[in-house]
Amino acid sequence: MFIGKPPDIPSSEVTSESEYLRFEGRRRFLRRAATGAAALGAAALGADRLAAAIDPRTTVLAESNDTQLKTVYSPLTTTGERLTPFYDITHYNNFYEFGVSKSDPAEHAGDLPTRPWTVRVEGAVKKPRTFGIEDLLKLRPLEDRVYRHRCVEAWSMVIPWVGYSLSEFIKQCDPLPSAKYVEFLSYYDARVERWSHQDATINWPYHEGLRMDEAMNELTLLTFGLYGQVLPNQDGAPVRIVVPWKYGFKSPKSIVAVRFVERQPRTTWNDQSPEEYGFYSNVNPNVDRVPWSQKTERRIGLPFYDQLRTTLMFNGYGNQVAYLYKGMNLSKYY
Amino acid sequence: MNRRTIILLKTLTWLGCLAPLAWLMWGAVTNNLGPNPTQNIAFTTGNTALNLLLVTLAISPVRRIFPRFSWLVRFRRLFGMFVFFYASLHLLTFIALYAGFNVSRMLSEVVTRRYITAGMAAYLLLLPLAATSTRRAIIKLGGKRWNRLHMLIYPAAILAVIHFWWQMKPGVLKPLDETVALAVLLAARPAIAWWKRRKERAVTV
Repeated sequence: MFIGKPPDIPSSEVTSESEYLRFEGRRRFLRRAATGAAALGAAALGADRLAAAIDPRTTVLAESNDTQLKTVYSPLTTTGERLTPFYDITHYNNFYEFGVSKSDPAEHAGDLPTRPWTVRVEGAVKKPRTFGIEDLLKLRPLEDRVYRHRCVEAWSMVIPWVGYSLSEFIKQCDPLPSAKYVEFLSYYDARVERWSHQDATINWPYHEGLRMDEAMNELTLLTFGLYGQVLPNQDGAPVRIVVPWKYGFKSPKSIVAVRFVERQPRTTWNDQSPEEYGFYSNVNPNVDRVPWSQKTERRIGLPFYDQLRTTLMFNGYGNQVAYLYKGMNLSKYY
Repeated sequence: MNRRTIILLKTLTWLGCLAPLAWLMWGAVTNNLGPNPTQNIAFTTGNTALNLLLVTLAISPVRRIFPRFSWLVRFRRLFGMFVFFYASLHLLTFIALYAGFNVSRMLSEVVTRRYITAGMAAYLLLLPLAATSTRRAIIKLGGKRWNRLHMLIYPAAILAVIHFWWQMKPGVLKPLDETVALAVLLAARPAIAWWKRRKERAVTV
């Protein structure tokens, strides 16, 4: 018997839609039968989000080929989690350039001009240069990577991202040895993002950063898509960073510049309130400076009686990332 | 204001005040409460309670400035009771959907989360007001004492707005409209009193 490397599974098969719906339907039936009146009552209350998975809106995955990405399997993908429905991932967003309500980005991000798109590489590099989005898409094979996504507001999702390790891109950038941090800048145009100063006083453009070794960790993903398709605008099209062991705001969307620097860069939420939002902002159930407890989280897309779960240190990615913080007091460097 | 108009207006008030709840229930039945129904329910009930509280607080100044609208006072208790109704639903959302009926979790949240402390304090201040909203209670207490007791509505409103601000991320100004409205309504009271005094003095002189 031939045992080779895992087959290249396109993400459409990883979460085969019909399979998914069948599973949902069965699960739903069992739940209903088992919990009887209680579940029916819950359904009547409508918080029963199981129905969401068979909601026609979850099947808006585009059929057209130009949004489909060719992807390969990745051993770094998270297993054993139920994926959050596509509808929820694309209609519950924090993308304040398009408004501060969760539903705003889905409504307003349509005008984000994702083509042509370039990413500037500058700072401590051998030679500054600019990458076109087409070059970035071709740089490495695109991998399906399911990650847990934990927002500092104490909700979470499980998202099948598409991309490759940021480290692969950084190698192409030729950073100098003096580069100790990487800074990211998000797209900003007040004429397109007309909602950026409505109900918010934030210093745009959105700026984030990582320590070099964090950026080089293989989990840190240069992300182009989700559910096997190009990123919807509200999720940070056409290219973003995903750092699964940190709170969601450490994963900047729609990036236009990557800057290698010697000193710890300023970051948007740290600028807003250094007391509440540290530079590191690793998912840590033991430290909560923000108004919300970080001990538990609400998993979006599950029925309400099944949503609350315990938050894991480093969002459950401790095996891969804990070494980065060895000897550091994480209550001080939160 | 004749009786029929009042009855008509009261019916409309009831319908208007019940609309947010109806909207939530419709969303629930059609499974249309969005990706995070719990948050949606918590926000809608809390926001409705606060907005109705502002309506309640607007009635007195409007009557003072425009005596022709003095009949509005007949709607104040109705609005006030709906404030209490939505605040209770809001609290119930916290107890059931956030704390999962877990008493120790609830208590620790009330103690450690300042926005929940403020919200809970606002609710506790509403309790004696709701309890003394009957005609019998007014007679029993006497108008003066009843009025003094019902001044608790002011700290309750301020706490409710603080409760709103304390859940916001720094730099997010969502509660600004409600804050400005409350500030205007609170400032209107001494301003109107001062203006009336001046007018009276002008008449006596």
